[in-house]
Amino acid sequence: MKPRPSDPPTSDESPGVPGFRTWGGIYFFVFLWFVLAVALLALFSRWFA
Amino acid sequence: MNGLDWIVLLVTMVGIAAYGAWHTRHTDHLDTYLRGSKTTRWGTIGISVMATQASAITFLSIPGQGFESGIGFVQNYFGLPLALIIVSAVFLPIYRRLGVYTAYEFLGSRFDAKTRLLGAGLFLLQRGLAAGVTIYAPAIILATVLGWRLDLTIIGTGLLVIVYTVTGGSEAVNLTQKWQMGIIFGGMMIAFLILLVRLPAGLGFGGAAHIAGAMGKLQAVDFSFDPEKRYTLWTGLFGGLFLSLSYFGTDQSQVQRYIGGAALREGRLGLMFNALLKIPMQFSILLLGALLFVFYQFQPAPVFYNRVEWQHYVGGSNGAVFRALEERHATLHAAEQERIRAWLDTRDHGNVAAEPAARVAMLAAQEATEAVRKEAKAALIAADPLAKTKDSDYVFIGFILDQLPHGVIGLLIAVMIAAALGSKAGELNALGTTTTIDLWRHFRPLAAHDEARNVRVAKWFTAFWGAVAIAFALFAGFAENLIEAINIIGSIFYGVVLGIFLVAFFLKHVRGTAVFWAAVVAQTLIFALYLLRHRFPALDISYLWYNLIGCAVCVALSLMLQIMLRDSTGQAPASV
Repeated sequence: MKPRPSDPPTSDESPGVPGFRTWGGIYFFVFLWFVLAVALLALFSRWFA
Repeated sequence: MNGLDWIVLLVTMVGIAAYGAWHTRHTDHLDTYLRGSKTTRWGTIGISVMATQASAITFLSIPGQGFESGIGFVQNYFGLPLALIIVSAVFLPIYRRLGVYTAYEFLGSRFDAKTRLLGAGLFLLQRGLAAGVTIYAPAIILATVLGWRLDLTIIGTGLLVIVYTVTGGSEAVNLTQKWQMGIIFGGMMIAFLILLVRLPAGLGFGGAAHIAGAMGKLQAVDFSFDPEKRYTLWTGLFGGLFLSLSYFGTDQSQVQRYIGGAALREGRLGLMFNALLKIPMQFSILLLGALLFVFYQFQPAPVFYNRVEWQHYVGGSNGAVFRALEERHATLHAAEQERIRAWLDTRDHGNVAAEPAARVAMLAAQEATEAVRKEAKAALIAADPLAKTKDSDYVFIGFILDQLPHGVIGLLIAVMIAAALGSKAGELNALGTTTTIDLWRHFRPLAAHDEARNVRVAKWFTAFWGAVAIAFALFAGFAENLIEAINIIGSIFYGVVLGIFLVAFFLKHVRGTAVFWAAVVAQTLIFALYLLRHRFPALDISYLWYNLIGCAVCVALSLMLQIMLRDSTGQAPASV
């Protein structure tokens, strides 16, 4: 059986997403989005209470 | 359902299954069969991750949850984006680097064979149990409402998913999930728009949301620290983080979805796609339920939403009791509608002085109506102690059948079945893979070199687990609240499994024997907590906490045992 392919040890490549140079930037963006979503949900509850 | 609905349903469901099976019929390489095509891009991976998590229960039960308890259930998903960031940054690169087929293979290389078998065994146990629920849940509801035979519904959907999952493995699962999610998104959007159109003239989304909010259905975030509350910001953040970390990071049905693909980047972006979309998606489904609540305030609403079951008792020997309840409910419901209109009137005319009293009157009317609904459920139990009294799962399907045009009804039933097939396929694929790689190959190491035989065995195990799920769904009785049943089963096992993986990733000096026995003790403790919760009220905590407790006990005990074992054996540290 052929050996299973695996990524080279240093496979932390660039995300290739416009505006983001590192994965840390992507994760920070997702975290900010999450905080914003929770804040918007809290505001939504308050607005329609 | 009429002929048009049946055509839409059969063409979409059988068509997608047949396309998946035909397109992947020549999948005979083990790597493609178990991890999908090497060219898979992030969009396919992201949709596949989402489809595996979103079962039919998501689209049947969650609107009912929004209808009955409001949108607070969305907090259950607050830990998910954070968990996906951790999985993407830490777990996925290691899985890719080691080139594993299953998450438990990693435990074998990091620890030892017994820890790998324990991880795989816990997965097979909990996912095997849940597999029965995911096939039973939509079947019982659809069979009840549509008058289908339950056994044929279970067997029909079960066989459909077995055919293409066995034929094409991961590649077929990914391919069909993409089409199934298209049907699901399209169908749910149409249902949402029709619901908005069917609201009373002049009310609109804003008016409906104000009514839902005033009646306590839009409390999305609860900041309280009350440990008895099931869904708060804190249970969602901490319990939800551990549940999601365990589910996405260590449950093979998810790991298998993202470890394949063209490159590490594709898996990571697929996970981030879910991190961004999951909370808005769940919020939308819950909001649909809250708006259904408002919709039924202005419509003749049943006292009990599982109308088929209710009619069974109305036609029985105590029918007069049930008819009297219906009449009382209708009277109170009409009064409640008047109070709502009176409250809206004060708001529309800016009558600030009269608004608080109108609101109090509206809430009192709502309470009176709810009291009759509770009486109706008590009457059902009095007539038959085994009667099923949870009717919220029937609210959305009732709306679909009563309010949507033909064709769209077929499409929405297809949404439910597509969701069932998508999540079931991911589960069967993972169960078959884990049994082949972590059990069969472990006990028959020489057979590992025969690729064709490996694929054949993986196909047999996938079919075997499909048959187990069908049998379990046919012969087992399940908890009424099906989505919670799945989450509870998961939470009992996930914390400990996550503990094992966290030790593996972050505590590199801890060895296999220490983590193995720590996991056994932690799992026993969680079983005891769950089983003794009724006998000792202090132990009756939200099931989401099991994730955190199981994980924390497993990690702490691993550290302690490792210190004790190192003292006695002088073991050297391990590396990943």
